[in-house]
Order: sequence, then C-alpha cells, then structure tokens
Amino acid sequence: MIALDRIKTQLEATVPGARLEIVPNDSPSGQRSLLVDCAHAAAVAERLRDDPDLRLDYASNVTGVDWPEAELSEKVKIKRVVEGVESEVEEIRKTLRPGCLEAVYHLYSMEKKHGPVILRMRTENRTDKARLPSLTAVWRACEFQEREIYDLYGILFDGHPDLRRILMWDGFQDHPMRKDYVEPDDYEYEPTPHDEVLERAKGHHSREAAT
Amino acid sequence: MLGEGILKGMAETARNFVGSYVSKDRLVTVQYPEERLPLKEATRQFPFLVYDGDDWQKGLRCVACQICEKECPPKCIYIEKSKDKKPDYIGKPQLYPATFDIDLSVCMSCQICVEVCPFDAIKMDTEYELSTDDRFGGLLSHKEQLAKSNGHYHQIHPTEAAEVDGHLAAEKTRLEAKAKAAGEAKARAKASPAALGPIR
Amino acid sequence: MSAETVTAAAAEPPAFGAAGPAARHYEILPKTPPAGDAGSGLLEVSMGPHHPSTHGVFRMDVVLDGERVVKLKPVFGYLHRNHEKIAEGTTYLSSMPYTDRLDYFCSLTNNWAYALAVEKLAGLEVPERAEFIRVITAELTRLQNHVCLIGFLLQDMGALGTPLMYAFREREKILDLFESLTGARMMCNYMRFGGCRVDLPEGWLEAAKTVVEEYPRFLDEFERFLGGNEILLARTQGVGALPKELAVNAGVTGPMLRASGVNYDIRKVDLYGIYDRFDFKVPLGERGDVFDRYMIRVLEMRESLKILSRALADIPSGPIIDPKAKLRGFRPKPGEAYGRIEAPKGELGFYLISDGSPNPYRYRVRPPSFINLTILEDMCLNHLVADVVIILGSVDIVLGEVDR
Repeated sequence: MIALDRIKTQLEATVPGARLEIVPNDSPSGQRSLLVDCAHAAAVAERLRDDPDLRLDYASNVTGVDWPEAELSEKVKIKRVVEGVESEVEEIRKTLRPGCLEAVYHLYSMEKKHGPVILRMRTENRTDKARLPSLTAVWRACEFQEREIYDLYGILFDGHPDLRRILMWDGFQDHPMRKDYVEPDDYEYEPTPHDEVLERAKGHHSREAAT
Repeated sequence: MLGEGILKGMAETARNFVGSYVSKDRLVTVQYPEERLPLKEATRQFPFLVYDGDDWQKGLRCVACQICEKECPPKCIYIEKSKDKKPDYIGKPQLYPATFDIDLSVCMSCQICVEVCPFDAIKMDTEYELSTDDRFGGLLSHKEQLAKSNGHYHQIHPTEAAEVDGHLAAEKTRLEAKAKAAGEAKARAKASPAALGPIR
Repeated sequence: MSAETVTAAAAEPPAFGAAGPAARHYEILPKTPPAGDAGSGLLEVSMGPHHPSTHGVFRMDVVLDGERVVKLKPVFGYLHRNHEKIAEGTTYLSSMPYTDRLDYFCSLTNNWAYALAVEKLAGLEVPERAEFIRVITAELTRLQNHVCLIGFLLQDMGALGTPLMYAFREREKILDLFESLTGARMMCNYMRFGGCRVDLPEGWLEAAKTVVEEYPRFLDEFERFLGGNEILLARTQGVGALPKELAVNAGVTGPMLRASGVNYDIRKVDLYGIYDRFDFKVPLGERGDVFDRYMIRVLEMRESLKILSRALADIPSGPIIDPKAKLRGFRPKPGEAYGRIEAPKGELGFYLISDGSPNPYRYRVRPPSFINLTILEDMCLNHLVADVVIILGSVDIVLGEVDR
C-alpha cells in the first residue's frame, strides 16, 4: 500500500492546480485522510480510480460530518513584560473555527486488495454555500450515499443524477443529522415516566387546545 | 424425465411428513400455551430488584446510586432517592430508592443495568408473559412489583446466583476482618503506656 | 412550516425548524416526474410497502411496459430510526444494543463490527479466547442467515413456506445456542470493546459441536430437496445478471459480489481477528444471476462449517476481555477510525469520530444492504414483474440495515 504522502505528491503532479492537504489522525488507528478542494475533486477521484498502482475502484463508505462553528481555545506561551521583567506567560488564545459540512469517502481497491485511502471535501459554510461536486460519475456506489448525505445534512451535490430525499419523506423540511437540529414536539410519542418528552407533549397538547 | 427434480423434492417432504409421526426430531412444533419450552439458564427478559431475607423493604440491595439509570440506553429507569438511610447487608447505613420505576414498554432487555450495578441489586428475570390491556400504566413496574427475593434469583439463574452470593459473602468476611483488625489495633493502642501522653 | 408560524411561536420552546427556513438558502430539488402519464402506454405500479415479498417495509416504484420493467426506483426510509443521531447522544457502550437491531437477523456480526471499530479507535487488544468465540459466533450467524435467505427466496418463488420451515428448524438449534450463551435469541448484545461479555457456559462447546456435526446432513437433505427442482432452475438461471465491472463500481459486496465473479472476501483481504489461521475457500460465481447467488450461499455455508469445526476444536482457555477496557467512563482519544467486517450480507463498516468525550462525535454505519440496492434498477430492467421479486430476494436486504 503506497503511503499517503506519496499519493499526495503524485496527485499534485498529475492533476494541475489541485490543492491537497493531509488531515492528521491522532488515534491509534492512524488512518489519515486527504483533503481535496472542490474544483479538482472529480479529476483527483478519476486519477485515483485509474492509476495503475492504486486502482481504487471501490468506494466503500461515503459519509457526511457536521462541524458547526466552534470556539477553540488553546494555551499559548508568549513573552510578555510582567512587572518590569520579561517572562514567558501562558495565555489562552481563542480562535473561531468557521462552520462547514464535510463529505468523507473511504476508497479501497478490489483489484489490488489494498486500502483505505480516505478523501475529504469541505463546503464553504453551513448555510448558503453548502455545495460539493458529486463523485457518482466516478464510482456508482456514491449514488445512494450522496442522496443520504443530502437528506440528512443538506449538502447539495452538483452533477448527481437524482438528488432527492432518500430516508426522510418527500415533504420533510429540515436536515436531521445536523448538530443544531431541533426535534418537533408534536410527533406521537409514548410518554415514559420521567422523560422530558412527556412534558413537551403535554405542553404541545395544551397549546393546541388553547388555539 | 421432466419433473424429476420436483418429484425428488416431494419425496423429501414425504419423508419429513411421515417421519414426524415416528421420530422426535422431525416433530418440532411445540403446542404453546399447553406446552412450553424449558428456558435456558442465561435467558433474560426484564430486570428485577433482588432483596435478601424475608422483608423486601429491609433487605433490598439497591442503594439508589443511579448508575443503572445513567447507563440505560433507552432511559427506562426512574429512581428517586430516599431521605433517610437504612442498614445494608454488612450493617452500614445506606440510602435506598424511594421510587424505582422501570417502563417495560421502553426496556429493551439489553442487560447493561445488570452489568454496571456495583451492588448486585438488579438482575434479569425470565418472566415473559406480561401482556396487559392498559397501554400506559400497565407496563410501568414499580418497586413493589420489581422486588423479588434472592431465593427466586437462585431458582431462575442458579450458577449466577451462587457466584454472587459467594462474592458478597467474601466481601462481608473481608470487611468484618478489617473492622476486627482495626478494633484490635485501637484497643492495643489504648492499653499501651504511650497512649497516656508524654510524661509531664 | 411558513415564516408566519415560526415568528408567532418565537416566545415558546423551540419548535421544529427553529432556525426557520429563511436561514438556509437552498432549494429542495423536485422529484423526477413519473413516466406513466396518459397516452404513453406505460403503467406505474407501486410495489409495497405493505407487501409480503419485499422483505420488510420497502417500496419499489416500477414503470412497466406490459409486463416488462422499464424503470424501477426503490423507495425506503419507512424504518428509519436515525440510529446515528441516537448514538451521538449516548455513550459508546449504550450504542451496542442498538447495533443488534440494525440487521436483526445477524446481531452478533453487527456487534463485532462495532466492537472492531471502537477497538481500532481506542487501541484495545482482544485476547485469543475472545477472538475464537467471536469467530465461532460469527460463523454460526452466517449459517443461520444464509439458510434463512434461501428459505425466504424460495418462499418468494412460490414454495409456500416449506423450505422456509425446514430452514427455521435448523435455525432454531443455532438460536438455542445463542440463547444459552448470551441470554437472548436475536438481540444478543454480546461483544464488548476488547472482548466478549461472558465466558462460554458449561456444555456449550459440546452442544455447538453437535449442531455443527449434524448440519451437513441437513444441507445434503436440502440439496436433494431443491437442487434439481425444475421450477427453481427455470426461474433463477439467467435472471438478474450483474456484470463484474458494474458490481465493483457500484460498491456491491458480499455474496452478491462473489456471485458475479469478483474474488473479494474481507475475511481474506483484511485478515481481521484470527481469520488468517483458518483454511477455507471463497466460492465464486460465473454469471452473477439469481441462481449463482443462491448457490454461492449454499457453498458458503459449507465453508463456514469447516471454519467452525476447526475453531471449536482449537479454542484455548484464557481471559475474555482486555484488562485495559473500561465499562463505564470510556473516553477514547480524539481521532477517527473505520472498521469493517465481512457480515453475512456484505461489508459492514462503522466509521467513528471521537472528540474525547464519552459520546461519539460522528457515528456512521456503512450498511451493505443499502448499498447493494444501488444497482437493483440495472438488474431488473427488461425483466418481468415476477422476476423483480426474485431479484430483490436474492439481494438479501434487511430493512433494519437499509434504513437504520
């Protein structure tokens, strides 16, 4: 199995203009992934599928991840003058990580029996620019899974042959797997003895009775 | 010959049909509810609370630590702690649950509450004929319905119950020995002259 | 929900769509219009969701020209329980009983796949006895799943339940084994991170050996019963053929892929667990039609019996679970992992992202039945309606997995 760094340099050489970045993974699994920009994703995907050494002809898993806006705080050691003496002080620096939605592709090779090579694509933001190119033309396996990502996360895939909701029903308005999804309180629930569901259901019925 | 495969298949069916009158392993139907299959020892259905001795309120092992309530995946357990304490099987005063409800319509018999309980207070019962016609209250079991004796536990899961009794007894003897050793050390310290304080 | 009702309810606890449709500037793309309009001569039929042959609540919108299929769109989501969101709200251990209910016929392999993914994420090691128990239970699960599938396939063909009842008779013996080991017949909840929950009870190995020794006799009886049946051969040979390249590109895995002639069995490719110690063959088909898929499953059952008899003989004694594994307060380090196994239906994978908290940040199930349905339309084109039922039966779907 060719190392991810070599795959990255090969792709940068063969697909001009592609911006690739390796996303680290600190857990014991060590599965690092390749972040690709949207404009060249289809070319990179074709290259990965057709390259004679890699032959990644099997897209095993296509999944979406929601990264909402988060405030990251990290402790930074900086030199600062404190009471006339220059010393190293630890300061907490807060950065705002912008929100985005992400699609992750796990690629394997059935011919060469190696893998996984993990590909990632990120949208610009979570509201109006949530579009990504569809890789269904490269691997047919992405067809239903990209539909599921659209259904549950709201990422629009450009070039997908049939982008409709797949798991939720057609009139459904929201995207359930997003981190800021609020469940409706008017679905029929079996009230359990201690659940806040019971309180919400009671509140809803009393609101309905009042109107 | 056309149809030979089908005729061979029919011969197999006939062998099974006639064989069901003759041999036991071909007649697999159990006429429920007149006949019932014997349950395996490890079978689990819904949880119950174990109590030692005869009085279910005094012998209840549960100390309302609420670990099972937190770990339950569908959150079907509801516990309210009591305000007073009662002595447990070693004699130490512990809280007990004033309310312990399990909603059997939510419980999925996953046995995680049994695994995480540090006091061996909740175990799995094997009773499965619990149907009722009261949709909301009928499947909500309270403390009184859930408390069953240690004797019942021995009857349904003999090996497990023997193991639990074994380690609870071992724990009790270990704590008693520790208390005795601590008491002896204290008595020795009192009797020795150094305890009288420095000579003024 | 329109904008007026959202602002009116602003004072109350947030209702659904709380951010409001105005916050999200996307269009909902229109559904593709049906082809069976008046005058075209085509008939649009909805097969399901209440249908005895669709293996669960599954619907197919089929457009027919006479009896030939022109277009077929599968529609599902009737059993969608949003298992992935539930898992984000509870701990890693609490998701284990929910994985039983994904592919409800094969709960032990679902448990193993999840445990494998978490062990990759957290770096836990599984002791040898636990690995052997995992292999034994997984192969028993494969046996009972394949025999059930054959029973259901034949029922779809009109055999009215006799092969199904014979299959269930054997399946009961395996389910009895599961019950004496784990406590439940189907929803086993047996694997834990780093090993298994309890050790084998007294006499279980002997009972398992008896089942495994008697199984070939049942398989021979089954083959005599069905192998030469003309109706079976006429209805399945040449129906629903799937070419190799399309199968690989469409992400098909499992017996369906091997029936098309592609040699890809994750037990041999990834060598997860201790599968490198067992000597078994991977049966391959030639044409990828329904008959090949049926025969592959029969042959795979025989290979599983070989693995089982070897594993039951070689199982060592020892601990059951990794001593580093914690039951409560399990917090893996931040990172991600993808773990997959060869489930009886295909490649079952779990993708987990952890952010250091006791709940997973992202929990994803890669369901084999869902992805195998991608090429259902391609397989069913130009076939008769009755063939559609059989082709669906040979794909081997379980709606619990398709919809999660």
